[in-house]
This record gives sequence, structure tokens and C-alpha cells, in this order.
Amino acid sequence: MNSAVKILYPLALVIALVLLPLVTLAVPASQIVFMVIPYLAAAAFIFGFIYRIIRWANAPVPFNIPTTCGQEKSFDWIHDDKVESPRSYWGVAWRMLLETFFFRSLFRNSSAELVGPQRLVYGGSRWLWLGGLAFHWSLLVILFRHLRFFTEPVFPPVLFISDIDGVLQLALPALFITDFVILIALTYLFFRRVVLAQIKYISLAADYLALLLLLGVIISGVLMRSVFKVDLVAVKELAVSMISFSPSVPDGIGLPFYIHLFLACILIGYFPFSKMMHAPGILLSPTRNLKNDSRVSRRVNPWSRPVRVHTYAEYEDEFREPMKKAGLPLEIDKAATE
Amino acid sequence: MADKKLKPEEMANIDYRPPQKDWMDAEVEFRRGSYCYSAPLKNQEMLQLPNPRQWNPQDADWKLPPDWKQIILDGMKDRLDKYRSWRLFLDICVRCGACADKCHYFIGSGDPKNMPVLRAELIRSVYRRYFTAGGKIFGRLAGARPLDEKIIKEWYYYFYQCSECRRCSVFCPYGIDTCEITMLGRELLNLVGCSTEWVVTPASNSFRTGNHLGIPPHAFKQSLEFAQDEVFGITGIKVDVPINKKGAEILFVTPSADYFAQPHWFTLLGYLMLFHKIGLDYTFSTFASEGGNFGLFHSADLAKSLNAKIYEEAKRLKVKWVLGGECGHMWRVLHQYMDTFNGPASFLEQPVSPVTGTKFDNAKSTKMVHICEFTADLIYNGKLKLDPARNDRWKVTFHDSCNPARSMGLFEEPRYIIKNTCNHFYEMPENTIRERTFCCGSGAGLGPDENMEMRLRGGFPRANAVRYVREKHGVNLLACICAIDKASFPPLLEYWVPGVETAGVHELLGNALVMQGEKERETDLRGEPLAGEEENGGKQASV
Repeated sequence: MNSAVKILYPLALVIALVLLPLVTLAVPASQIVFMVIPYLAAAAFIFGFIYRIIRWANAPVPFNIPTTCGQEKSFDWIHDDKVESPRSYWGVAWRMLLETFFFRSLFRNSSAELVGPQRLVYGGSRWLWLGGLAFHWSLLVILFRHLRFFTEPVFPPVLFISDIDGVLQLALPALFITDFVILIALTYLFFRRVVLAQIKYISLAADYLALLLLLGVIISGVLMRSVFKVDLVAVKELAVSMISFSPSVPDGIGLPFYIHLFLACILIGYFPFSKMMHAPGILLSPTRNLKNDSRVSRRVNPWSRPVRVHTYAEYEDEFREPMKKAGLPLEIDKAATE
Repeated sequence: MADKKLKPEEMANIDYRPPQKDWMDAEVEFRRGSYCYSAPLKNQEMLQLPNPRQWNPQDADWKLPPDWKQIILDGMKDRLDKYRSWRLFLDICVRCGACADKCHYFIGSGDPKNMPVLRAELIRSVYRRYFTAGGKIFGRLAGARPLDEKIIKEWYYYFYQCSECRRCSVFCPYGIDTCEITMLGRELLNLVGCSTEWVVTPASNSFRTGNHLGIPPHAFKQSLEFAQDEVFGITGIKVDVPINKKGAEILFVTPSADYFAQPHWFTLLGYLMLFHKIGLDYTFSTFASEGGNFGLFHSADLAKSLNAKIYEEAKRLKVKWVLGGECGHMWRVLHQYMDTFNGPASFLEQPVSPVTGTKFDNAKSTKMVHICEFTADLIYNGKLKLDPARNDRWKVTFHDSCNPARSMGLFEEPRYIIKNTCNHFYEMPENTIRERTFCCGSGAGLGPDENMEMRLRGGFPRANAVRYVREKHGVNLLACICAIDKASFPPLLEYWVPGVETAGVHELLGNALVMQGEKERETDLRGEPLAGEEENGGKQASV
């Protein structure tokens, strides 16, 4: 399968997903049926998410295998790295915090380049880190902003964050900073998969699908606010009714909203079955969330079983004569006992 | 050996462009110089490995057992339930590519399947096909592929082109550790009787004789007596070499190469001199005469079996604690696995240095201390008189061995020893040391000579960093704390950076160590005249 197919299939799928609400929602009564979809997506997300976590959590961690990226704690006079080679739970907590919120390991990224005959150089390579961080943080802020559709009155921090995110609206109405940033970041993440030969080589259709779905959700969201101007008051009415489990569809929200909602639902429902599960997965990663204390406290392997060993007695039985000749001490000295 | 011997400039002409063809279609070519021979039948049988047989990787037919497919799938299922690392790492990779140019085999060969991400995909693709809904339904579109014999061959080729060095796991945003993928991949291969000679033969030797070279106890003793003589020749002091001595305070376990190979040998001399100097009550063991654990390169069960000897012997000899020599993967096992494998060692006591009284809190459960920790503590407490000038002919750099670095965090102790025993020490560039250190290219069972081209390619990034300090500072000695390093660097550096030699840290210590009652040193442990001797016409620096 060549890489064009790996991009075209997901692209075709996302286009189909955009068209689907356009076609079906032409029938007015179908709108209420359409409202089942968010519930399905939420159910798939919640149960799928929990199921995946349980699958991982049920598998034991038989050995203590942290990757140590700093000095161990040995003597008082040697400064140990309490985060990158953590001995305490606090150290692990810091390490996980840095990984989760600031992508610590990716920040280390460097590129190896062969610049001349037998000359390798390593350069800082932080674009992936920056792109990844920009995307994830923007997404977090955007999700947080969306809370204003679900509560009345709106939770003050949501308004506060939205106001900060919206300072550019003085010049560019209806656009948030995070909208810009996430579009740029996702575009970068998509194009690096297409342009960089090695990344293209390792990419799967699922990698493009995740990016294209995200782009679909975000572009539809931006367009429905800035171009098609859907009725946001009606949207909020719908959202509130849905989370109180009494869905009522107000008139005249406009089709672009349904496209946005539908794509978001697909993304949410797909989430637990996709690579996007790296989000909770990182927290379970045994090379990161374990203490470097394996000589201090013994880890028990729950499935440990006896293995075949060659004992000292068997060993001495084989080598008794030469050992005796060499003057090595023996457990059972045959000549002495005879 | 490679069919045609490549010159360094030819080998370093590396093409990083991936092929046009999709990786799922590629077939493995067992090119001479880049793969390991299969294990001999008698050693497979000695270790009672599953499906033993004589076969050859270059043959079309690998004589796999008839139900090999089921064996592999059952083996995968079993391991998915036993190792969270495996299940998680097969699930959460996003193929961001951050690991790609972190692997020394990829940097040195340009083969895209040596990118850690793709090495893992070799197994992930099979996992998806049989263990995930998406893979079962969408097949190839979901990155899944059905298991066939070609895949087994590909696994054999690429899981023995990974030295389990964990460098990629430092850079992975989720901490995905290719070492876990490779270790369990090799276990699966073992289930269908596909293991390499250079892993199984040393492991079977270790199983029977206690050490990987298959040295019987009397030859072990002889070898240590030679060392004793050699120390006498250099220092005029007859050091004691206790073997299998019951009631000694400390059991000393070191890789067997230390007493049979060069330049390991000089490190052994350093140990003997140090132990004499401080009057250590210790013993060697012929039964636990190998610290290195070739089982780790094969399967967890075999690693556990070989490792069991250390505690068994410590118990039999009634020692108080165990001291371990310079070795890489040996310390992965001792630090991260031994206590879990074969502990708790309740018959031992928490290690305390008999010289300084320092309690080794960091080893209070496993009761095994690294020689660099032990020696650094001696130096810090002023218990050793050292004359660094005796190492003046060396301009030294230090290579962090993968496992002590990324699985222990042992960075400062060896550096502390070097700085106290040498006057000229230079670090390699920061992207190539400490947790970012590069493998020697021959670790984890990849060291046989038939694999020489791949070893040289894998060692290229390390050698390149050595070359940098050689050109900048005139470095002529690479110090390290790993037995495989000591075996693989001499040919590697000769190929890429002629003029740089390899030594253990305790060789440098032995050179600098001032012992009471010793004669005036004329040579270092290698029998080479001391720098001062040459320059000052026999006048030694200071004792």
C-alpha cells in the first residue's frame, strides 16, 4: 500500500463524514434522531476509555524498569537528580507532571545529521516539541472554553480564559488565539508526515485520520462562528438540554453546527480505540512512573515461577576431581569420606 | 565478515532515504556481516530450549515447528497479560518519529527498520491483526498484517540488530522502551526455536560452568594466579586472591572476560591491587564466576536461572554482601531484576564498607554494590593514596555504558574515580554522554564476528564522538565500565578512530594506586613504561 492511499482513504472518510449531515439533515425531522449520536459518542468514549485503562492496569508490571535520565541517589556528596532518576514518589510526580504538561522527553529531542564524510552532528530539534505542545495546549483551552455552552451562569474561570484567548477579537472578530495556533500546529503536524520522507514511511492511515478528523472539527468550528454565524444562543439551549438528558432541538441553529457536532462526536467515539489513547497511556508508562529504587526495596513479580537452575551441588559433582587437584575447597570431599 | 571489506569512508556513506516500497512488503536479505548465526543444537538441548534443531538463517526453510503460528500467537497473548509495558507500548505509539535518529543502528546503517518505531511496528502490525478489533476488520489499512514466515525472519534479523540500549526510550514522549519490545520479541523467537549462537552458547556455558567462556574451576584459579604474578611483577607485592573462601565478608562477582580477555585483564589487576591495598576480606567464586548474564539477551526465565547462582553462592559461602565488577547489562540485571528474580536476600546484611564505614543505603535490599560506588566512597574518604601522574600518558575520555547509565543512573561515580586518577580527562559532546550515551554497537548479544559490519555501523555514532575529542584534545584512551565495551571498542576504534585505546576505570585506578611496600613502578599495568619514565629518563614523578 503506498502512502498516497494511506492519506486518501482517511481524507475521503472525513469528507464523507462532512457530507453525511448535509444530506441527512435536509429532512427536518431527522434532526431529533441525529441527537442520539452525541449520546452514543459519549458512551463509546466513557466505556471505551475505562475498558482500555482496565486492560492496561490489569497487566502487571513484573520488574522495576524506569529509564534513568539522571544521577542515581547514592552518597550525600553526589548530587542526585530527584526528577529524572526519582527515588521518591514526589520525584515521580514531578517527572510525570513535566512529561504530561510540558513533554519533557520530547523537549530533549535532537537530530543527528551526517554533514560530511564521517562527521555526525547533533542539532537541537524542538519543532516537533513546539508543534505538539502548541496543539495540545490549544486543544485544552478550546475544550475548556466550550464549557460555557453547558452551564448557566458560566463558570467565571471559563469566561476569564475565553476573554484572554479572545483579545485578538478586537481586530479579528470571532477568532480566538487558540484557533490560529491549533490550525497552524495541526497543519505542521500533518505536513511533516507528508514531507519528511522517514516520517511518511512510518505513518499509517490512522495517523492521517486522527489529524484530518481534528482539522475537520476545528475548521468546521471556526467556520460556523466566523463565516456562517450560527445562532450560539440556540446552540447553548441545545447543549444544556442534552446534558440534562432532555434533548430539545431549537429551530434555526444552522447546518454548519451539525457538521461540527457530528465530526466532534466521531472523534470522541473513536478516541478510545485509537492511538489518541496515548493521553492516559503516558501515566501508566513503567519507564517513567516508577522509582529508581530497585536495590532499595524489592519488587515482587506476581507471576514469578521457579525456573530450572544448575545448583552448586550439581556443579561440584561435575568438577570435584579437578577442583580437588587445584586445591579448591569442596563441600563433599569424596576421598576424605571414603 | 563482510564479503567485501568496506573502507570507513565507504561505510560512512549512508543513505537515509527510505525505499519506495512500503515497509510491510519488504523482505529480509541475510547479508553477510549483518546477522548472527543460529544456536548450535547441543547448546539448545543443554538449556532445554523449545523446538531445538539445527538450521541456518540463510536457508529458505527454517524448519519451524508445524504449529509455529499458534505458538507465536499464544506466546504474544501470554506476554500481553504478563507485561503492562508490552501491552501499553504496542498500543500507544503515535509514530511521531522522535526516536528515529536516536538509534545507533539506524544512524549507522540508514535501514528504516532500524528506526525504533519501525522495529516495534514489525511486531505491532501482527498484534493489531490478531489482538485488536480495528486490525481484524480493516487489516492492512489499519496497519495490520497476517503472520507469515517472512515476518519471523524479519524479527530474527531486526531484533538482533537492537542492542537493548534504551537510548530511544529517553527521547520517546511516552517512554516507550524498544528494549522491552526486543526482549519479548526474542522470547517469541525462542519459542519457535530461533535463537542465536552468540547468546545461547555463552548462556549454556554459564549454566554449566558458571561463566560464559566455559572456564572450569581449576583454569579459573590458574588464571587468577597469573594475575597475581603479574601484579607482583609490576608492584613487587604478592596480593592474596581468595577463591571459594567460606566466611569471607564480601563475595566479588565480575564478568568472566576480566580474567581471560584483554584489555579487561588490566582492570582485573586493578581490582586485585585495590583489594590488597585496603585489606578487603573477600572471595572470588568459581561457581558464580560470571557477572554478565547472557540469559537477559534471550528470555526472562534464562536470565533468572543464570542470575540465581550469585545469591546461591553468597548463601553457601556465608558472606555478608556482594560486590560487583565493571559491566553493563550485568548491572541492568543486578540493579533492576536480581532482587525480583531471586530475592529476597534475607541471609545477607546491608552492605557497609569495611574501610570507611559507609552504609550503602541505595543497596540495602539487593545487597549488591557497584565497584565504582565502592571505590568512589574510598577515595572521597581519603582512604587511597593516588598518583594521577602515572596515567599521564593517557588523555582520557569516558564512555557511559548504556545500562549503568539508563538503567541505574551511575554517572558521577566513575567520573569521580577518573578525575582522581588521571590528570587529563575530556568529556565527549553532551549529546553522546550520560543518559544520551551511544552503545558500542555490540551489546545485547550482537557481538559475534560474523556480525562485524553491523557492529561497526552501530558503533559509528560513538566512534564519531571519540573522533571529535581525539581531534580536539588528542584523546588516546576511552575509559568505560562494561565488559562488552572492552571487547568491542578495540576493533571499533581501530576501524573508525585509530590511535585510541580502551581501558576499564579500575585499570586507571590500579595505575595510580600507591601501595605500601611497593617497588618503584616502572611500567603501568599494560607493561608500558610510565610517561614520566620516558620523559625524565627513569626519574619517576612522585610516590
